[in-house]
Amino acid sequence: MTIKSLEDLRKIKAESQLQTKARKSNDTQIIIGMGTCGIAAGAREVMTAVLEELAKRNLNNVSVLQTGCIGMCQKEPLLDVVRPGEDRVTYGPVSPSDVPRIIAEHLVNGNIVEDLVVAKIPNKE
Amino acid sequence: MVENTSEKSWEQLDQLLNKYRGTKGSVIPVLQQAQEIFGYLPKDVLIKISKEINVPISQVYGVVTFYAQFHLEPRGKNIIRSCQGTACHVRGAKAVLNAIREKLGLKEGQATTPDLQFTLETVACIGACGLAPCLMVNDDTHGRLTPEAVRPMIDKYRNQ
Amino acid sequence: MALVRAHILICTGTGCTASGAKDVLAKFDEELKAKKLRDEVSLVETGCHGFCEGGPLVIIYPEGTFYTRVKPADVAEIVEEHILKGRTVSRLLFKEPLTAEKVPNYDEIAFYKKQHRLVLKNCGHINPDSIEEYIGADGYEGLAKAILTMTPEQVVEEMKKTGLRGRGGGGFPTGMKWMFCAKSPGPKKYVICNADEGDPGAFMDRSLLEGDPHAILEGMAICAYAIGSDEGYIYCRAEYPLAIKRLKKAIAQAEEAGLLGQNILGTNFSFTLHIKEGAGAFVCGEETALMASIEGRRGMPRPRPPFPAVKGLWDKPSNINNVETFANVPYIFRVGAEEYAKLGTEKSKGTKVFALTGKINNTGLAEVPMGITMREIIFDIGGGIIGGKKFKAVQIGGPSGGCIPEQLLDTPIDYDSLIAAGAMMGSGGLVVMDEDTCMVDVAKFFLNFTQSESCGKCTPCREGTKRMLEMLTAITEGKGQDGDIEKLEKLAKSIKAGALCALGQTAPNPILSTLRYFRNEYEAHIYDKKCPAGVCTALIGYKITDKCVGCGLCKKVCPVEAISGEPKGKHTIDPDKCIKCGACMEKCPFKAIIRG
Ligand SMILES: Cc1cc2nc3c(=O)[nH]c(=O)nc-3n(C[C@H](O)[C@H](O)[C@H](O)COP(=O)(O)O)c2cc1C
Ligand code: SF4
Ligand code: SF4
Ligand code: SF4
Ligand code: FES
Ligand code: FES
Repeated sequence: MTIKSLEDLRKIKAESQLQTKARKSNDTQIIIGMGTCGIAAGAREVMTAVLEELAKRNLNNVSVLQTGCIGMCQKEPLLDVVRPGEDRVTYGPVSPSDVPRIIAEHLVNGNIVEDLVVAKIPNKE
Repeated sequence: MVENTSEKSWEQLDQLLNKYRGTKGSVIPVLQQAQEIFGYLPKDVLIKISKEINVPISQVYGVVTFYAQFHLEPRGKNIIRSCQGTACHVRGAKAVLNAIREKLGLKEGQATTPDLQFTLETVACIGACGLAPCLMVNDDTHGRLTPEAVRPMIDKYRNQ
Repeated sequence: MALVRAHILICTGTGCTASGAKDVLAKFDEELKAKKLRDEVSLVETGCHGFCEGGPLVIIYPEGTFYTRVKPADVAEIVEEHILKGRTVSRLLFKEPLTAEKVPNYDEIAFYKKQHRLVLKNCGHINPDSIEEYIGADGYEGLAKAILTMTPEQVVEEMKKTGLRGRGGGGFPTGMKWMFCAKSPGPKKYVICNADEGDPGAFMDRSLLEGDPHAILEGMAICAYAIGSDEGYIYCRAEYPLAIKRLKKAIAQAEEAGLLGQNILGTNFSFTLHIKEGAGAFVCGEETALMASIEGRRGMPRPRPPFPAVKGLWDKPSNINNVETFANVPYIFRVGAEEYAKLGTEKSKGTKVFALTGKINNTGLAEVPMGITMREIIFDIGGGIIGGKKFKAVQIGGPSGGCIPEQLLDTPIDYDSLIAAGAMMGSGGLVVMDEDTCMVDVAKFFLNFTQSESCGKCTPCREGTKRMLEMLTAITEGKGQDGDIEKLEKLAKSIKAGALCALGQTAPNPILSTLRYFRNEYEAHIYDKKCPAGVCTALIGYKITDKCVGCGLCKKVCPVEAISGEPKGKHTIDPDKCIKCGACMEKCPFKAIIRG
């Protein structure tokens, strides 16, 4: 790596910020239920699929969070999508193959994938 | 010659001197590294350094005696540096120091144990004031000390 | 490359390493691997946050959860609960000392909330061993702006406009210093960074060097461009091995990236840097002594003028600044002088990092705008005095400084107000003292320090400090005489006037300031043969009162068998045998033993 100009510097800065992006909270979040039941039902694979899909699409303004059992074990694995100012939507049961669709439709285009919805929590604001 | 000035040490000293020959201002780094090789600075070593880097022996001695870091006497295998800086002082560094002295059985004015296991020194601040009172053993920093805590710590180093 | 969903930041600065951070780090690595999470969670070592007291510190992002005093045994739970299930491990959260409230988020802690972190911005938040992370945090932008868009004269002018004053002690305007050196004729000039940090009780420079080494390099490079230098030295004390290691790595990385060395950023500006390790002499922090030491001589100060800007290292014009001073520079050139000068007071601009230590709840580094009051620092940020005791005074500026008593706590702090109060900014070390501290003992402590660190070159300092120390020792041993206070004052004045360097000139400050505010304590020692704080052993004794129920506990702990008494009967202390260790008083469950 040699930096010969301001452009070079900016390029490295952008690359580096990609890597450290997760060090701040984003307004857009994907939350995966990772309680014992969730993991048994395949939440880990869903998590991996989410991370892969986000990387593929270069989406780095999304925080991926995890939560414990929320008491809807029969619908696990559960995946929540939170977009700023919108309702929180819980999907389930989600399989890794559903992940690209949820990300493309809901996260990117803002259209809820109705056939997978379990619940909607109204936005408080 | 002194016992731990082995042949290998002298070879290392030669390499060191080769590296620094002709560099200006090299007295202090050469002495620092020579001390690392020998554990202290024996007279023969100082004479050799003076000759090889072309600095009068009087000046070399002047430097060695000026800086607290240089030692003309053999030192213990483990160097304990007990901090007596301000932050440590107000949080009981004296009691810690006394506990170490007692544990090592050091008499007034004595710094190194007869078995050459430990040398006890004091320093003014090692920069870990948030954990006062603290000390360093060799390169490890230890903080939040009490007289009770230092005794087993010393045993640990003795057995290493 | 897969996306990383969480970052675990572990502080491996000197303080946290001393508390076991390396074991915690290894355990995290192991646990994450065992749970097959290593690819999606990144483990980052950071430098010192200035909150070593709570160490080992672990911060987990994206939530920004702040865990303190983490032990290897806690790691499995953190990984299982937090990383896997998203539940905070609340027992490891920071607890506010005053409200006992648990605070999950780093920025919400009172200790950080009132701070204004410009210089310490990166410390604890980036990996100091990664130049990429520094660049990602706006690093080297100031340098690029300076050398690509400004002339050296403009850089000096910009520096003058900031009003920045040197953070190494004296508070000399940095822009002026650069200008003098820039105007000094000569093809060869040096830039020197003073990283000797000699004030015992201050550790902001260590934190910066360990936590954000590239910022220092960037600041020095901008200075070199401004004054026309192509070579520089960082003089770092040998007691800071980790700082030296990280600096070396940073220099190598910057050279490889073309941000140091030849033809920086493709221009014809070149700048190479060396590191010199100090050899353990406080006086080497003085600029002329420091340069003598770099040259390989005994580190003794010499008279100024000529100033280093004219005749410095190897007789060449040199500019020397402190670590924190240089650390301000990248920020200044990124945001501009005007923006910078908005912070602070009229004559003291920007922020200052203070090292809070002593009898205070939150010890650590506090970066605050100039002009804040001491009360805010000690009580709002520092969380007040340990054990709810009463505040007595705070020593600022180390052995060259003075103390600030209760009645001055609300004075806004800047260079000038401190001088007016008989103290000085110095390095910014703040040692908080409570009612149990004896001010005569404090003065003796500092004098003992300066006396043993005096290089001996000039008589007023060498002999004068010795005389003063003897007198103070006598006073604390109950051998003080009428007239001692006046003698001390006279001696102090003559040392101040006659000493060659600031070590001697400022050595009497702790005495003068304690005399100014706590004269009654000196008088109690001299006339009543009493130490009001109960510190000076020669002046105290222990007595057992009628509250004694004869439990016998004190008798057991006394190391010299000075206590006698029958079970259930009143015990007594033999004053001839008693060595005044105080152990019995601490032990008595009925508070029957008093000091007096
Ligand atoms: C005895 C003595 C010790 C000093 N120690 C230090 C020190 O440890 N670090 C430091 O930066 N300045 C120290 N100074 C101040 C330096 O001489 C010098 O003023 C300073 O490095 C200039 O940098 P600045 O303009 O950025 O403050 C010391 C001065 C004296 C007299
Ligand atoms: S004032 Fe003290 S430290 Fe400074 S030159 Fe004189 S003797 Fe040395
Ligand atoms: S510990 Fe207290 S109560 Fe017990 S014997 Fe001693 S003085 Fe008396
Ligand atoms: S102060 Fe120490 S020496 Fe004196 S009586 Fe108490 S325990 Fe014994
Ligand atoms: S005073 Fe002991 S580490 Fe700073
Ligand atoms: S070393 Fe971790 S906070 Fe200081």
